Amino acid sequence: MRIFDLSTKIFCALLVAAVSFLSLGVLTPTSSFFHVEPYTALIIGKYLCYAILALSIDLVWGYLGILSLGHGAFFALGGYAFGMYLMRQIGAKSVYAASDLPDFMIFIGWDKLPWYWLGSHSFWFSCLLVLLAPGLLGLAFGWTAFRSRVSGVYFSIISQALTYALMLAFYLNNLGFGGNNGFTDFKTILGFDLRSNNMIGALLAISGLVLLLSYLLCRYLAVSRLGLVLVAIRDNEPRVPFAGYRVETVKLFIFTLSAMMAGLAGALYLPQVGIINPSLFAPVFSVEMVVCVALGGRGTLYGAVFGAIMVNLCKSTLTSAYPMAWPFVLGGLFVAVAVFLPQGLAGLFFPQGESKLKRAWSSLFGLKSPSPDLDLDWEPDDQELDDEAEPSSNHLSKASLAGPKAGRA
Amino acid sequence: MASRPCLEKPLPVNPGLPKNFSDYVNRTNQDDLPPPILNWETKRERRQKYVLFLEDISVSFDGFKALDNLTLYLNEGELRCVIGPNGAGKTTMMDVITGHTRPDSGEAFFGENLNLLDKDEVFIAQSGICRKFQKPSVFESITTIQNLELAMKANKTVFGTLKAKLSQADREYLASLLELVRLTERADQLAGSLSHGQKQWLEIGMLLVQKPKILLLDEPVAGMTPQEIERTTELLKNLEGQHSIILVEHDMEFVRSIAKIVTVLHQGSVLAEGDINYISSHPEVIEAYLGGAQ
Repeated sequence: MRIFDLSTKIFCALLVAAVSFLSLGVLTPTSSFFHVEPYTALIIGKYLCYAILALSIDLVWGYLGILSLGHGAFFALGGYAFGMYLMRQIGAKSVYAASDLPDFMIFIGWDKLPWYWLGSHSFWFSCLLVLLAPGLLGLAFGWTAFRSRVSGVYFSIISQALTYALMLAFYLNNLGFGGNNGFTDFKTILGFDLRSNNMIGALLAISGLVLLLSYLLCRYLAVSRLGLVLVAIRDNEPRVPFAGYRVETVKLFIFTLSAMMAGLAGALYLPQVGIINPSLFAPVFSVEMVVCVALGGRGTLYGAVFGAIMVNLCKSTLTSAYPMAWPFVLGGLFVAVAVFLPQGLAGLFFPQGESKLKRAWSSLFGLKSPSPDLDLDWEPDDQELDDEAEPSSNHLSKASLAGPKAGRA
Repeated sequence: MASRPCLEKPLPVNPGLPKNFSDYVNRTNQDDLPPPILNWETKRERRQKYVLFLEDISVSFDGFKALDNLTLYLNEGELRCVIGPNGAGKTTMMDVITGHTRPDSGEAFFGENLNLLDKDEVFIAQSGICRKFQKPSVFESITTIQNLELAMKANKTVFGTLKAKLSQADREYLASLLELVRLTERADQLAGSLSHGQKQWLEIGMLLVQKPKILLLDEPVAGMTPQEIERTTELLKNLEGQHSIILVEHDMEFVRSIAKIVTVLHQGSVLAEGDINYISSHPEVIEAYLGGAQ
């Protein structure tokens, strides 16, 4: 199977080992050597959700070349969709247990649930909604954008505008999603206590499983012929229709799939973090996730996962120690990777093509101007060409050398 | 009721009268113009006769007439060279045929029934008109053989592509095609690492795997060495008869070596059409080329 290449095998083995170790560790008694603090498990679970989001960004950015700076919107939307169910689960256990309504609705004087909360009492319906809501938004947004051939930086900007607009909307109390405070104070899922160790372990295991499945799905897409089409669109979009493929449809399919994946990540994130509010729609969050993918390495999948986990680990550590330093560290890391490691950290372990590391070293010592690889509007067509296909500018000499050799073949 | 077939037959119309028919009728001197050649072929018959049918195509960009009543017919299996000075409309003509540019007026048919003017690029490509671009445009970051696999004639919907698998027959077919374009050794190299000439060949290969009826080649030998040109000539001569080919080229030596019929475009319409000797001695062609060069 081409899906399971070396990096995939390593990734799956590491993930399964780590997640089973951690999630079983939560269940062991406190005295046990293998005991894992529930708090740690929750944090790791959160990272895994970020990793799924990063994976979904890598799918559209690394393979299709669409830089979405608004993927946080799909993540948050998935979170809100599942949050509705969790809010309904609180039911009579809420502080103002006057009725079945969530507290915030009582505050704003509503006496019944708005129509879009219908069905939110059902777990399975909510699971469906977690996929459908981001999926439909992705479909509608993608359809309008790709139809009118919006691409490159322009797409990035409007995707950012999308998430910003949603943030403003969700801040409104009258939208019926808790306004500023969002959803919090969850108690149970399917009647099980959210704070029990069993539940924490289970959530971590489910996050790990979903990450694994998403990874394998992305791998499946990448090694299929559709994966070739994706790379072709990234490299040379105008040429693809002449090979007989409908670029808009392919883009729309992948973008919608990616939005659903992000939504799923958001839904898993919510019970582990315990709160969701409109700040998750803030463009900063989406951009931060894009930086994670860039740091880890685009178009590799494992790079995105690795980047998301590493960056958020650093973030948790640094923001508690030096809260002011984090933005500078993040920016510094981003610049450093852009200049020295165009393939991201993944390029260090599994270099692709001819040695980019060498190129990075030479740019470090000023032998060559640093490659502008980390442009927002990533077009490897031009940039890779600059370095690798330089011979095409003096192709006559190169061609005359290569020609007869190929002729004898 | 007895049928009356003779009355149901449409009356023949005469589309073949010269455009300057009114001049002809109103001419002052009876000897000025030759009598019109009456061409009784209907449009439908012409569409049946030719594999590609372009009539009176006009395209203008901001007032600049890129194509001006261009009329061109291509026979099944023919290799046609199209030459012309810069800005003569050669590339625009290809854009019209492939659905990339919509003309302001005119008719374009592929075969008898496929109206090229209301189909998009993807549909036209899938139905068998394939185009090689002026600048070699292969997909650089996938391998040579993957480029061919990508272009291969298949179900090209999203799910069809997702589930597509190479059968043994497909592999053999791709291998034979690699052989044909002399890239067997480079099969697993990234297409971006190929030389310029090899990219040109790969792109021709990418057209052939689509099993096209019509090949549109925009300067296929630009930037090639003489040996490479020779091999390309050989390749194209082999293709003649299997595919109908329109070849746009600047290199007159190459045209001379390959062409049977040459069409000269000038300022968006056909200036002359005929064999290479006729063309190269045609005074207006010489004028157009030299005029452009001066």
